[in-house]
This record gives sequence, C-alpha cells and structure tokens, in this order.
Amino acid sequence: MTWLDTLRTSLDAMRSHRLRSGLTVLGILIGIAAVILTVGLGVGAQQQVTAQVEALGTNLLIIAPGSTTSTTGLRGGFGSASTLTQADAAALASPVVAPDIAAVAPTTSSSQSLTAGTANWTTSVVGTTPAWLSVRSRTLSYGAFFTAADNASAATTVVLGSTTAEQIFGFDDVVGQSVNIAGKPFTVVGVLAPNGSTGSSNNDDTAVIPLSTAQQRVSGGTSRTTVSTIYLQARSQASLSAAYQEAQTELLSLHQITNPASADFTITTQDSLVTTAASVSKTLTVLLAGIAAISLLVGGIGVMNIMLVSVTERIREIGLRKALGARPRIIRRQFLLEASLLGFTGGLLGAAVGIGGTRVLPHFISNPVALSTPAIVGSIAVALAIGLVFGVYPASRAARLAPIDALRSE
Amino acid sequence: MTLTTPVPLGLPVGDQVISLQQVWKVYRSGSLEVEALRGVSLDIRPGEYVAVMGPSGSGKSTLMHILGCLDVPTEGSFHLAGDDVGAMSQDELADIRNLRIGFVFQQFNLLPSMSAWRNVELPLAYAGVHRHERRRRAVTALEQVGLGDRVEHRPGELSGGQQQRVALARALVTEPALILADEPTGNLDSAATTDILALLAELHRAGRTIVLITHEADVAAQARRVVRLRDGQVIEDTGAVP
Repeated sequence: MTWLDTLRTSLDAMRSHRLRSGLTVLGILIGIAAVILTVGLGVGAQQQVTAQVEALGTNLLIIAPGSTTSTTGLRGGFGSASTLTQADAAALASPVVAPDIAAVAPTTSSSQSLTAGTANWTTSVVGTTPAWLSVRSRTLSYGAFFTAADNASAATTVVLGSTTAEQIFGFDDVVGQSVNIAGKPFTVVGVLAPNGSTGSSNNDDTAVIPLSTAQQRVSGGTSRTTVSTIYLQARSQASLSAAYQEAQTELLSLHQITNPASADFTITTQDSLVTTAASVSKTLTVLLAGIAAISLLVGGIGVMNIMLVSVTERIREIGLRKALGARPRIIRRQFLLEASLLGFTGGLLGAAVGIGGTRVLPHFISNPVALSTPAIVGSIAVALAIGLVFGVYPASRAARLAPIDALRSE
Repeated sequence: MTLTTPVPLGLPVGDQVISLQQVWKVYRSGSLEVEALRGVSLDIRPGEYVAVMGPSGSGKSTLMHILGCLDVPTEGSFHLAGDDVGAMSQDELADIRNLRIGFVFQQFNLLPSMSAWRNVELPLAYAGVHRHERRRRAVTALEQVGLGDRVEHRPGELSGGQQQRVALARALVTEPALILADEPTGNLDSAATTDILALLAELHRAGRTIVLITHEADVAAQARRVVRLRDGQVIEDTGAVP
C-alpha cells in the first residue's frame, strides 16, 4: 500500500467523522492561534520599544548626572544636583580627547509656559547646541535650526515641535511667528518634523532654544553653567563602546574621581535602554507563550483521546483490514497519518486565524502585534509533531490488535 | 453469470492446499483453560469444496481462524499451500492472508464509506498493485459475481445478497489458493442464500478450493465433502473427493 493510498484512507476516515475531526482540529487551532498571537504581541512590543529608542537618535550615548543605583542601567540617581557642566560637553567635543565621538549636544530642560496672543501652552523647553539636530536624528519640516552664532549671542530664536506649533498657532508652518517663553519674546525659526512618542513623552511637543539663551534668559539661577543631559553621538555602531570608554575616562578625570564605581554621572547607551525595555516585554511574552503552549498541549491530548476512541470504534475495520492482508506497520501508518493530518489541519487553520488576529487585534488594543514568520512556520510544525507524537500510542494499539479479536468484537 | 478465470494455484497436482497435523488450540483466560481444538488433522486438496459442520462450541470457528491464518495453533503443524504457517512472523501472516486466502464473513464486513469497487480493491491495495490495475481487476471481479452495474454503489445502497456478493468479489480478486467462507449465508434470506450458494458452486466448478463453515445441513449439502467437528475433534469426514 502506497503512502498516497494510506493518505486517501486517512482522509476518508476524517471525512466520515466530520464533527469529531472538526472538534479535534479546533483544539489544535486554538492552541496554535494563541501561540502566534502571543508571540506576535511580544515581538510587536519589542519592535515598538526598539523603534522608540532608535527615535532618540542613532549611535546615541546619554550622559546623565547622578550615579547608577539600580542594576537596570537606568538613571537611578537622577534628580540629584546636576554635576554636568558645559565644560564637560566642550571637553568631549574635542576630537583629540574623544576621537570616536562625532557630535556632542549638551542640553538643559525645563517646563515653561509658551504664549502667543491668547494661546497658552506649557511644554518642555530644551536648551541645546545646533549639534542636537543630528545627535537626536531630527529633521525640520519648515524653516531652519538655530545656528552656532545664535547660541553664541544667546539669541531669542526657537524651533518648535510640530504638536507645539499646532497647539499654539493652530497651523504647522509657523516660521517667522513670535512666541513668548517665560515672558520673553522669541522668533520661531523652524518647525521639527514629527517623530512620535518615546514611552510617555511626546517628542513632538517641545520647544528647542539655544543653550546659552536657556541658561541666561529662561531658567537662570544655579543652572547657568550646568546642563541636565549630554547627548553624544558615536561615529558608528562599531565605535559605540570606544566612545563610551572615552567619555567615561574624560569625565572621571575632569570630575577628579578615581574610582569609576563612585562616578557622579551615568552613561547610558541605546543598547542598554533597548535591553532593559525588551527584557520586560520578553518576560511577559514568555509567560503568555507558556500559557499558549499549555493550551497546545491540551489540544494534543485531545488528538490522542480522539484517536483512541477512533481505534476502539473502528476495531472491526482494523480486524478486517488485517484479515485482508494489512501488515501491522500499515495499520500503524494509517492511524499515525490520520493523527498528523488532524494536527496539521489544526496548525494550518490556527495559523490562518492567528494571522487574521494580528490584523484585527490592533484595532481593539493599543499594542502593536507583529507577524512573526518563524512563529507561524514553527507552530505549524509543532502542530504536525503534536499529532504525530500523540498519535503514536493509539496507532500502535491499533497495530497490535489481534485480527480475530478485532473481527469478533461487536 | 459465468466464471471464465482459470485458477492459477501454482501447485503440483497432488500437493495439499491445507495440511493440518494434530492441531491443538488452547485458550487461557486467567486460570481457566479451554481446549478449543484437540488434535485435529485435515488435508484438503486443490479444487475441493469442503463444508465444516458442527454445533456452536465445537471448535469450528477456531478452525476457521487457524485456516485463515488469523490465529496460530498452540500445538501441531499447519501448512498452507506448502508453507509452514507456524513459523511465520506477523508480516508474513499478513502477506499469506493477503495473497493466498479470500475471506467471506457472515457479517459481510464491508467498509460502509467506500463504494463497491473500493471495497473489492482493498486486498490489492495491500498487495501493492497499481491503482489503475486495481480498478480494472475490482470491476472484473464484480462482473464475475453479477454486480457489474453496481460498481459505484456503497454497501448501504445494496441488498444483503448483493453485499455478500461484493464480499465474494473481494475474496476472489486476489485469485487466492483458498476461499474461506464463515457462515456466508447466515444473515441472508432464502433467495439470497440460493444465490450465494450457486455462486460458490460455480466457483468450485471453475476449480477453486473452498472451505465453507456452517451449521446448516442444507448449506453443507452443497459441498462435496463434509467434515464434522464436536468438542474440538473431527468426528466425521466424508473423505476427499477430487
């Protein structure tokens, strides 16, 4: 008996027990669809996190004041007195001291009220240097960024985020308009192209002004020489760790600290941000996928159950087939193939439902759901394997039946 | 109804199709031992039409299972067409059943989801015959039993007599050395019984070896030789008639 004949026999058997086969397939289907959706959710969340961190800029290093107090690598000591100064930033910008650092953007940040006419909008006002634009990988949709000359002269020029421009003026192209920041009139020279959100902060709701202007005219007080964050851009992905080393060595020596463990600043890389954020979503994904895997296991036990029932119910048929000359191996093959077919059909339909789910689900929940090809191919293979594995016992039971016992039973 | 196919037995004249020597069959269930066959010896030559008779419990079903290679003797030897069945593996027994024996059962034992020809071709499928050849031979066998116009019918669409004829076609299709019929008319009305017995008689005339198991005297009367069993032993054998 050829494989094709056996396949035909198995398909016949599935067709003549439609409801039972359908319910078995449903069990596998749910398991497979659940796996695809949970993995999709997890991968989607990771992709989102990666995209958000990438939106910060490429090959980015972030130096924040304070020390690391947690193991996650995030800014544990943030909020302590700022220990970073403009002198630090200037030193790091030197190609001699730090050849792997391409650009340095010291920034200060404060929440300020922006007014124009009757509009009043509170946003984060960032004071920085022109390097900020390339370091943070931003582009302009209108106008131009302020210049080094603006920074040197503490000019009252401002570049607005697209959301901020929209909120204050009601339209996008606001170049040339005047806006008051902390009560002082500024001229809008450019509008940033939309960039999206990073976690809870909206990158498009901001106002960027020259660092010197921020220090001298907006914030004042103690923060005249200190900065809140220094953004560094490494020359390439490969030189990221070299840039990290150079920045750390230089800052330790400038701050006269000998033990790196007691550093009064923290350098964070994009990678460590991605890793931290991804590890959270990965834990969740593993948990959900584990639950999905259990439902798949239950589906597999369903296959075994149905196959055992099938063997018992078709005991006369098995006896007849043996009497007509079917070798035990052929009988085993027939039932194994039937179980695998149930698994495979469940896998295919489950993949279809899962793929459909990744399309539909984002309309109901805010999380993105990614379509993971390895998860789809893998889960179909797993479904087939489940049919095969859980079919082994019923199939060998069928194969072991003595033909007379099988024929005798009523 | 004409049977034109000659019987290729592949045996030298005088050789036995069936040779049982002092066959015992003992069933054990727990501490209970049942001696179903107690030293049965029987030779059947090619072309014989033998009826095995006996009341229930006489061991005729056990004999049928052993002759059909569905079961093996506890003691004694059984040669089928010259081959020692006792020494065979499961696979070899399956092949012997497939190639040398055609079964006809009281319950017909047709697969209800398959058409008549698919039922008939089943032994050929297990023998590894090519699909087109199977269809051709199945249709020929159905024509032999007068069901040439019922090829695509399912068992449920056929009468009892017709179903048994499909089963007979299935037994014939591999051109076996032995046709083993276990109460083939037990579930049939008298018209269908006459029909099936006529077919068996015709097969016999065409040179087939037939062993018919029955408890009905008028059915046994069709056979040329009657073997009576009682309590697992042969009590009467009308003798070989070539």
